[in-house]
Amino acid sequence: MSETFWDRHGVYGMMAEFENPEHLLEAANRAYSAGYRNMDAYTPMPIDGLAEAVGFRRNWVSLIVLVGGLAGAVGGFGLLWWISVIAYPHNVGGRPFGSWPMYIPITFECTVLLAALSSVVGMLALNKLPMPYHPVFNVESFAKRASIDRFFLCIEASDPKFDRIQTRAFLEELHPEEVADVEK
Amino acid sequence: MKTEELEQKAIDPGPDKIIGPGFNYTTVTDKIAGVVLKPIQTTPPQWFISLFIAFIFMQGLLAGGFWLLYKGVGVWGIVIPVAWGFAIVNFVWWIGIGHAGTLISAILLLLKQDWRTSINRFSEAMTLFAVAQAGMFPLLHMGRPWLGYWLIPYPSSMWLWPQPRSPLVWDVFAVTTYLTVSLIFWFIGLVPDLATMRDRAKQQWQKVTFGMLSMGWRGSAKHWARYQMAYLLLGGLATPLVVSVHTVVSFDFAISLMPGWHTTIFPPYFVAGAIYSGFAMVVTLAIPTRKWFHLEDLITMRHLDCMAKLMLGTGLIVAYGYMMEAFMSWYSGNPHEMFMYNNRATGPYAYYFWALVLCNILIPQSLWLRSTRQSVPRLFFVAIVVNIGMWLERFIIVITSLHRDFLPSSWGMYYPTQWDWAVLSGTIGFFLVLMILFVRVLPAISIFEVREVLHHLAPHVADDSDLAPQPSAGD
Repeated sequence: MSETFWDRHGVYGMMAEFENPEHLLEAANRAYSAGYRNMDAYTPMPIDGLAEAVGFRRNWVSLIVLVGGLAGAVGGFGLLWWISVIAYPHNVGGRPFGSWPMYIPITFECTVLLAALSSVVGMLALNKLPMPYHPVFNVESFAKRASIDRFFLCIEASDPKFDRIQTRAFLEELHPEEVADVEK
Repeated sequence: MKTEELEQKAIDPGPDKIIGPGFNYTTVTDKIAGVVLKPIQTTPPQWFISLFIAFIFMQGLLAGGFWLLYKGVGVWGIVIPVAWGFAIVNFVWWIGIGHAGTLISAILLLLKQDWRTSINRFSEAMTLFAVAQAGMFPLLHMGRPWLGYWLIPYPSSMWLWPQPRSPLVWDVFAVTTYLTVSLIFWFIGLVPDLATMRDRAKQQWQKVTFGMLSMGWRGSAKHWARYQMAYLLLGGLATPLVVSVHTVVSFDFAISLMPGWHTTIFPPYFVAGAIYSGFAMVVTLAIPTRKWFHLEDLITMRHLDCMAKLMLGTGLIVAYGYMMEAFMSWYSGNPHEMFMYNNRATGPYAYYFWALVLCNILIPQSLWLRSTRQSVPRLFFVAIVVNIGMWLERFIIVITSLHRDFLPSSWGMYYPTQWDWAVLSGTIGFFLVLMILFVRVLPAISIFEVREVLHHLAPHVADDSDLAPQPSAGD
């Protein structure tokens, strides 16, 4: 993402406020068709298809969970095998040290544990959370209502097509409640 | 409809609807967040009274725990041949109660049941607090809880490792995994609502606290996409997990050779019993909560009705389990098994056994009647009875098998002492204290998921204003 003129001049982007999710979804689709790429939509609850509308393509969370789960399975089984065959071989009634069926419950629990932890850690890391400061909260109505009952579309200044006048005019065309500059 | 009106009168929309009339995104937020953000003076007095009573009960745990650590496990009634006693009875009971929370939040999520939404947060918290109580019992039962870390495989200077073929070690992994996954599932579900609380809070310390807990959540569409994927996968992981936990707990019994324990029906019937007792506990807790905080239009009769039906269904599986136990002990032709069952029904603990049949099989049959499921007091009564019945079931399983096994010369009796009762009632008090505090300090109903339900139910009217005919709508 190369730095643009507006990037350097203290604007994070331009934000339009909508009253309902359908309106926002339509606006996001139109912004994408108009050639805007660096943008995001903000809603108080998940809206189907909105992430795709603002150009979200690849959801890596599932792959991270798969890797985490496999690591848990291999690690769990390996730990048990290592304990009972190498570190502390213990003859119980002549049973083989590597009696793998008895390892299955713990292997399963380790798989679930690591997969679950990696889903949360992966999701937070990809979302770059925790984030103590973000410019979008500088818009007053965003800070008040974005997590409650309003729907926002923000076209970011890092977008090559971003222009303070033209982008504002474009957003006004979408009939939002309000259009606001997002200070950095 | 204005927020104040909504708070004062909550109309239960009846058994067909999962949400009351007059809600839009704004008012539903005001209502649920209002329970937490209202000044302390407006908290209903029943809340303080219950907290006080639960707090008194909790002192039993403090006293009983202190005396136990000071004197040793001899203060409990556990004497050979019954070495397991109350500690294991209570452990299995509490773990079982936790199961309904995960079932509601994970399995019903995968099955796309819309009635899950208003009660999932609440029951996840219940899971967490119940598993915390359960976890204390094996530790206290060890006699030297400060050596509890020996259960974890770590390279120690003793060169010893836990025995990975033992179901008791499986238990350690199953319960700690269950606790961890329940905690992150609950917390991740809370994050968007904590952001709402941050934005709604008036006082600085509330803003700071909720702000830190919400980790800067801003509701970006890309974040939601990853969030939903993570949440769905967590649900998919928690579903086999919840089944595995009580299965592993049942292995503690089923892998042994004791008559009455060594049966293959234990895992499925333990899981069904766990869900049974868990739903009974959710109903027990949800009924007073919806009344105190006027949430009848969010936790409606439909929720109670669905939970009653699930209680009935799992209760029938449990009843089938009891019948199969009786049948198999006869059909096996094994004299020890046959004696064990006779001893259960006619021996010194027969009163407990028949009380269990009454509580777990007979009284819950009233849930077949629509009138019982629609009557809050009767449903509450049945739920309490099932809670007691499920505790009795674990008592019967643990005590009757142990007290008279193969050798009549080693038979004995088990009598719980006052310290057994103190610790049991203490954990009930501790659990209730945590629950009562939870419904007041965190949003007990998932706000963003209720918004989603509103969006799906009525995409256009829910937006801002006029779902309700009042002129002042959607303030």
